[in-house]
Amino acid sequence: MSDAPRPAASRANTKKELPERFRNHRHVWVFVEYEHGRIHPVSLELIGEARKLADKLGVEVAGVLLGGSEPEMREAAAQASQFGADLNYIIADPILTDYRNQPYTKALTELVETYKPEILLLGATTLGRDLAGSVATTLRTGLTADCTELAIDDERSLAATRPTFGGSLLCTIHTLNFRPQMATVRPRVMAMPEADPSRVGRVVMHPLGMMEDDIVTKVMGFLADRESATAQLAYADIVVAGGLGLRSRENFQLVRDLAAVLGGEYGGSRPLVAKGWITADRQIGQTGKTIRPKLYIAAGISGAIQHRVGVEGADLIVAINIDPSAQIFDFAHLGVIGDAIEILPALTRAFQARLSVNRLAG
Amino acid sequence: MGALHIVVCIKQVPDSAQIRVHPIYNTIMRQGVPTIINPYDLFALEAALQLRDQFGGAVTVLTMGPPMAEESLRKALAFGADRAVLLTDRAFAGSDTLATTFALASAVSKIGETWGTPDIVFCGKQTIDGDTAQVGPGIASRLELNQLTYVAKISKLDLEAGAIEVERRAEGGTQLLSTKLPALVTMLEGSNEMRRGSLACALAAAQAEITVWNAAAAGIEDLLNCGLKGSPTIVKKVFAPGAHTVRAQQIELQDRNADDIARDLLDQIFIRQPQVEADLMRMASGQ
Amino acid sequence: MASAQQPNDKFDVIVIGAGPSGNAAAYVLARGGLRVLQLERGEYPGSKNVQGAILYANALEQIIPDFRDDAPLERHVIEQRIWMLDDKSYVGMNYRSEDFNEERPNRYTIIRAPFDKWFSRKVRDAGATIVCETTVTELIRTEAGRVIGVRTDRDGAVVLADMVIMAEGVNGLVGQRSGLRPELKPDSVALAVKEMHFLPRETIDARFNLKGAEGVVIEAMGTVTDGMVGTAFLYTNQESISVGIGCLVSDFKTGTAAPYELLHRFKTHPAIAPLLEGAEVKEYAAHLIPEGGYNSIPQLYGDGWLIVGDAGQFVNAVHREGSNMAMTSGRLAAELVIKLHRMREPFSSENLAEYHTMLKNSFVMKDLKKYKGIPGFLHSSSKHVFGTYPRLLSQAAQTWFRVDGADKREKERQIVSMMRKDRSFSGLISDAFKLVRAWR
Ligand SMILES: Cc1cc2nc3c(=O)[nH]c(=O)nc-3n(C[C@H](O)[C@H](O)[C@H](O)COP(=O)(O)OP(=O)(O)OC[C@H]3O[C@@H](n4cnc5c(N)ncnc54)[C@H](O)[C@@H]3O)c2cc1C
Ligand SMILES: Cc1cc2nc3c(=O)[nH]c(=O)nc-3n(C[C@H](O)[C@H](O)[C@H](O)COP(=O)(O)OP(=O)(O)OC[C@H]3O[C@@H](n4cnc5c(N)ncnc54)[C@H](O)[C@@H]3O)c2cc1C
Ligand SMILES: Nc1ncnc2c1ncn2[C@@H]1O[C@H](COP(=O)(O)O)[C@@H](O)[C@H]1O
Repeated sequence: MSDAPRPAASRANTKKELPERFRNHRHVWVFVEYEHGRIHPVSLELIGEARKLADKLGVEVAGVLLGGSEPEMREAAAQASQFGADLNYIIADPILTDYRNQPYTKALTELVETYKPEILLLGATTLGRDLAGSVATTLRTGLTADCTELAIDDERSLAATRPTFGGSLLCTIHTLNFRPQMATVRPRVMAMPEADPSRVGRVVMHPLGMMEDDIVTKVMGFLADRESATAQLAYADIVVAGGLGLRSRENFQLVRDLAAVLGGEYGGSRPLVAKGWITADRQIGQTGKTIRPKLYIAAGISGAIQHRVGVEGADLIVAINIDPSAQIFDFAHLGVIGDAIEILPALTRAFQARLSVNRLAG
Repeated sequence: MGALHIVVCIKQVPDSAQIRVHPIYNTIMRQGVPTIINPYDLFALEAALQLRDQFGGAVTVLTMGPPMAEESLRKALAFGADRAVLLTDRAFAGSDTLATTFALASAVSKIGETWGTPDIVFCGKQTIDGDTAQVGPGIASRLELNQLTYVAKISKLDLEAGAIEVERRAEGGTQLLSTKLPALVTMLEGSNEMRRGSLACALAAAQAEITVWNAAAAGIEDLLNCGLKGSPTIVKKVFAPGAHTVRAQQIELQDRNADDIARDLLDQIFIRQPQVEADLMRMASGQ
Repeated sequence: MASAQQPNDKFDVIVIGAGPSGNAAAYVLARGGLRVLQLERGEYPGSKNVQGAILYANALEQIIPDFRDDAPLERHVIEQRIWMLDDKSYVGMNYRSEDFNEERPNRYTIIRAPFDKWFSRKVRDAGATIVCETTVTELIRTEAGRVIGVRTDRDGAVVLADMVIMAEGVNGLVGQRSGLRPELKPDSVALAVKEMHFLPRETIDARFNLKGAEGVVIEAMGTVTDGMVGTAFLYTNQESISVGIGCLVSDFKTGTAAPYELLHRFKTHPAIAPLLEGAEVKEYAAHLIPEGGYNSIPQLYGDGWLIVGDAGQFVNAVHREGSNMAMTSGRLAAELVIKLHRMREPFSSENLAEYHTMLKNSFVMKDLKKYKGIPGFLHSSSKHVFGTYPRLLSQAAQTWFRVDGADKREKERQIVSMMRKDRSFSGLISDAFKLVRAWR
């Protein structure tokens, strides 16, 4: 029933008459995801984005930090400020040491109700999505998932753009008459802002007001991933990827070889996951990882929209494809019309040669 | 202690691999696009069936959608679910996730009144059309169920104690969680493999009566929470992703061999991205 | 949980397959009050039949008179083009008439997936039990050979019935495996490959000069099939165009070109390419068509079983009719079964023999008999029918239409000598004679 994202003709032009109780909602907030001793990079990316929105609105950017230890939270808050937060709300309580839905929902909901932001952004991580859904429903406000673009329209409201129907279309969603306007954004969709070490921000401490006994869900343990290609791929500076054009699992080795010489990560298009040539965490694209490397080399990938949305943020996209009319040439910066099975090893040799010259020289 | 009762929320979705967009109007061209059960929901259904097989009890599948969504319910019955509820009403048209969770949560309550309170409500991780992963958490908040999302494995269920333990996919690792029933679980893909239903199930599914509820039958009195009226978000604009203005600069081939082409490409890469060159050179000289 | 052999799971009739023939049979049987189980191996009825097709209204009208009210019909055909192609030109005949815009049009284009689904819905509403994603693996027979049920691939479970109707399509594996019909011969089946090209409705209307629900069919023969026995076709649907090409399996075995290469050749032919330009290709399907005609019809009935549709080789290869014969044979089979059921007569071979008589009195056997020489003829003269003649025709047309100073009598002379050069006069005559004989 909610399947067809068509503009609601009757309501799309509804004049926004914000109810009295929402009139004093101000400022752009970012939920700063802090786990296992570090801030998730997506939160810093979001602070950069929030900065732009807040400047347009003429308001402040606030970070929200929930965690177990006050010193750690204060340190993280300082970092968030360097990336652009004007102030940070902190709730530090041992109950919040590990993420659990119930206390985190309570904490974030209460902060929103107390300090009244107009926009609340979260990373679309497993944590962020778990939390955002509960908080939005508790507050009975709108939430737009997996946004690829955020903007402020002429009426000061958040225009959140996201892909729909498997990426074939984009739609722009507004939250009418409710505050805060909530949105999640996937890692690497927004650019990482520059840190300014001289920037400092204010801190507002808030109590949690819950006892461990109030919480029925217990964390029994945490098994860290052995190989977290997950994080490495999303944040690698150089990524080499292959698609069906490589024709066999054996040929995919050519992609790995080039990635190894470049000290980068490797990945692939979705069909390769289905074929078992690569694992799911190496899939790049809308239903896989979004990446923004400095250099992306795509070999034998057609460049379908679902793949494109995952790589568009790369600084330099190089495509090798045998078909001159392949879609990937529509958004790549450099192209080679040729057989990837020949070009890849040649490129590996070329880099090897160039780098070894440097090694001798250096 | 009563027998285990599980509700599984499934959604009928267009097979998005087959979706086409009208090049002029940017509308979805549905002609010939088959519908399927949202693939993620099958993992939820199979997990529910496994628990039912182990502990006894019943699995009720629930969907909100147009009348033709009945097809998906029959499919779920053929896999082995015990009963099916179709929630359908014009009042639900245009629901966003908040309005969807209102309708579904109301229906889950009604299912509870009718066939016994569910111990677990299962959802898929997300749908392939809405793609929000919000509906599960939304239902959990509304019904105050303990929320377990991205569950890879149900490690333990103790009906006596009303306790459940799961492995949950978290950032950078796996969380081991325990909580109390009733709970809402959203299942991760790849967590199990859907069974082949028996011929008896398939026959029963073909002949089954499907419970069809409109808003009133599901106990919904206030239609202001439903459909467009109950949706805080609106879609203002739908459009096709724009094409880039500049196509890729092609490396000249000129009948050269692969090595010459590769060297040319490498030079072009370094010209455009001196930073990459600098990084690589630093790496190569072992710093 | 129900167990496989509950008493209410014994059916009067099991129908294998939910294509046009199986649906026709199951519908008529269920309406006649019989307990019917229909088994289909596809995910849903029509899921294995992704192609577009032509629907002949008459056969369906006799089963569901008001089908036009809600069946998913694409366009009604107001224009038929028959083209002879050579590599860069075509000679053709177009017939278009306002008469086809009648109130109850005679031919429609359809897309099988939604159409079969619609038909199946009717079958269910009529009271039949339909189970999909279930393949019948074999017939269950008594010592004496009487068919009393089927075994399925769902854990090998068995369902029993008084009678089984095989509507399983051209492969007919169930019938084959049970020794009720012979294996298919490569020279009596064609392999058709087909694609759906999606275009906005407005574009199709403009390219084919159509308005409203009007549609066009193009049938093409000639050098595109590389001298093999076969034809290419193009139908307009509402928002898509079905294009395909079919050739005898035996030719593909010996020929040089693979099916998709032929299709590519057809699609890129200068007469066809502009019609498809800019379309999004979504489905690629390959399917067999029985083309053996009358001479390849197997035994159609026996103790407790009947064969309907493509499984009985009921396809008129020349006019590309199949679904109408499928539906008619399904209906006739069902009518006989209902009659015997009402009379409490057993479904014995003697009683079911009447099915053959009913078919003989219908257009199904009459047409198949009329055209029975055609498959053989086409096969023996394929090189000329599908290569030489189209080329000659095209050359002739060009000679005739090109204004180059030669007088018309001279042009006639050129044409005749061209014909003679490529195909001896006696060859021409003998082909014409054979064709006439086959057609009669
Ligand atoms: C809901 C949904 C989500 C999706 N999510 C994703 C996603 O996250 N990521 C993703 O990648 N896809 C995704 N897809 C699939 C996507 O639509 C495409 O099908 C997929 O990206 C195609 O993969 P490919 O380019 O490897 O294969 P193909 O489309 O088959 O392309 C192969 C390419 O290789 C070229 N080629 C062939 N031989 C050679 C050669 N010797 N040398 C060089 N080039 C050669 C061909 O010209 C062609 O362009 C999704 C689809 C849907 C419906
Ligand atoms: C490319 C092409 C174009 C055509 N165009 C036309 C046209 O324009 N007009 C026309 O009238 N005819 C056309 N035909 C012919 C027409 O499609 C067939 O004659 C018609 O579909 C026959 O119907 P049927 O029910 O006998 O078989 P089918 O439609 O083949 O149906 C058989 C069904 O049985 C199922 N089945 C098979 N084996 C088993 C099993 N063991 N257990 C369970 N289920 C099983 C199959 O999945 C299938 O759904 C065309 C055929 C092709 C291939
Ligand atoms: N209309 C619906 N009917 C039943 N369940 C639904 C519906 N929409 C969503 N769900 C459930 O909620 C999950 C998440 O959906 P979504 O938030 O749309 O990604 C799905 O996997 C389903 O289990």
